[in-house]
Amino acid sequence: MSQREGPAAPALVPCGHGSGHACAHRQGDASPRPVDSVALISARGICVSRHGRDLLIDVDIDIHAREIVTLIGPNGAGKTTLVRVLLGLERPDRGVVHRRRDLKIGYVPQRFDSDIAIPMTVEGFLRLGGSYSDAHIDQILKYVDAASARHQQLGELSGGETQRVLLARALLRQPNLLVLDEPVQGVDYSGEADLYNLIARLRDEAGYGVLLVSHDLHIVMARSDRVICLNHHVCCSGMPEAVAQHPSYGRLFGAEAARAFALYRHHHDHSHDLAGMPKAVTAAGDEAAGEGERPRPARGDE
Amino acid sequence: MLEPFFLRALIASLGLALVAAPLGCFVVWQRMAYFGETVAQAGLIGVALGLALQMDVTWGVLIVALAVAALLLWFSRQKLVALDSILGLLHHAALAAGVIATSMIKGAPVDLTGFLFGDVFAVTRQDVAIILVGGAIVLAIVAWLWQPLLRLAVHEDLAAAEGVDRELVRTAFIVLLAVAIAVAMKIVGILLVMAFLVVPAVAARPLSRTPERMVALTALIAAGSVLSGLWLSATFDSPGGPSIVLIMSVLAAVSLSWASLSRANRPRG
Repeated sequence: MSQREGPAAPALVPCGHGSGHACAHRQGDASPRPVDSVALISARGICVSRHGRDLLIDVDIDIHAREIVTLIGPNGAGKTTLVRVLLGLERPDRGVVHRRRDLKIGYVPQRFDSDIAIPMTVEGFLRLGGSYSDAHIDQILKYVDAASARHQQLGELSGGETQRVLLARALLRQPNLLVLDEPVQGVDYSGEADLYNLIARLRDEAGYGVLLVSHDLHIVMARSDRVICLNHHVCCSGMPEAVAQHPSYGRLFGAEAARAFALYRHHHDHSHDLAGMPKAVTAAGDEAAGEGERPRPARGDE
Repeated sequence: MLEPFFLRALIASLGLALVAAPLGCFVVWQRMAYFGETVAQAGLIGVALGLALQMDVTWGVLIVALAVAALLLWFSRQKLVALDSILGLLHHAALAAGVIATSMIKGAPVDLTGFLFGDVFAVTRQDVAIILVGGAIVLAIVAWLWQPLLRLAVHEDLAAAEGVDRELVRTAFIVLLAVAIAVAMKIVGILLVMAFLVVPAVAARPLSRTPERMVALTALIAAGSVLSGLWLSATFDSPGGPSIVLIMSVLAAVSLSWASLSRANRPRG
């Protein structure tokens, strides 16, 4: 599982500006930093405010092919708003979103009304996304392990089944970017691990870019190439291990969470060929310095 | 028994039942019954407008229905007060304004009953023509927009992220709804028109496993209700529109009771 063909993630990119750097202070030029046109999707200087509150302040984000990017942050940090901006569901007050010409998004939304007023089978729901052959639907449903749900009503699915069916609908479109908003809500622990294995497989086999949204580090981190820690602005971003050690991560989630993550990583070192924590940090730092594709230099801890 | 006026009533209401079926289903699926109710009750202002300008009241109702729908969409842009509460306020206001407006029309006093509850046996050949032609156009557009409408109704964000133009499709649906309300007004009246759309769809929901089947069943239930309602009306001299809606409601009550009973018997809640 060594996915290092894409542009290497810098070990850690701390927040480029001081706190209190609100959108209102940046009137004039929309964004001094150029978008990354190689990325599947690239956003610069995204600002969104609602009812006088700044939800997103000067957020930059890039997602490349073959890259699993995880967006973490506490509840109400603006994660879903950022995803909606990237998907084009919401217009930012300021900033630019560049989508690569061939971008095709498979979106797995956060919630699905379970007492749905529309009578619809899983198969009917999947066919809404496009015209697919019987065999294709069969294959995808087996792939996400939901073949038995094919003729069930949407409203009768369990939380885990719903997630897998939503994933199937996204995969049927043959996207190159998969966006999953809190994909493990209502899914039990083993289902969660299965889901992340599946996502990693999709990245490896089909070369998808993946944007995951999660409200904490947890298990999701083990599978991420890059983590972006969001609390209205980007607090820090980089390798999972580096983010977990960053002071602002500790401030947001508590030292307990950072320690728990470190333990989790340590515990699982043997089953993956990912390097241990200190090694990973230095290795990634070297790579970032070597490739130099990034507009911003990789920096270590503050 | 099939005198010309009865035949006209029959054709007009059956045609309307067919047109109303898909629209009623979408109203149920998108939880827009109250929205439609408000738009429909504002139709009385349109009646006054039509009478004042001495044109067919259908046009007056259509214009006011569209204006009120646009106003509601504009109100729904703010998120401080739920649309629900605004509708609760506005549909009474619209009715009050309509009653006042019709009372101020010069000339002979306006008989409101016909507009409020419809007068199915008074439909003219021209009304029948409007319903059939207008209905065919509405049905054609619904068929054309079926897929995007359904996608939005199932999951709006998902559909929009996949490329459905939600503003366009939603606007088209509201225009179609306003047209249906304006056309149906003469038959069932502005107070019962939403019932005519929604109640058969409610009756069909527990018996359906696919959206297509629900629309077909809705049309069937509406047509059956029209036939038996008009028979009831002819036999017992009861008002036509209310008789149809009453039959629809009984069918919906039976269907919902059956659904509640079979759900209670199922192990999973």
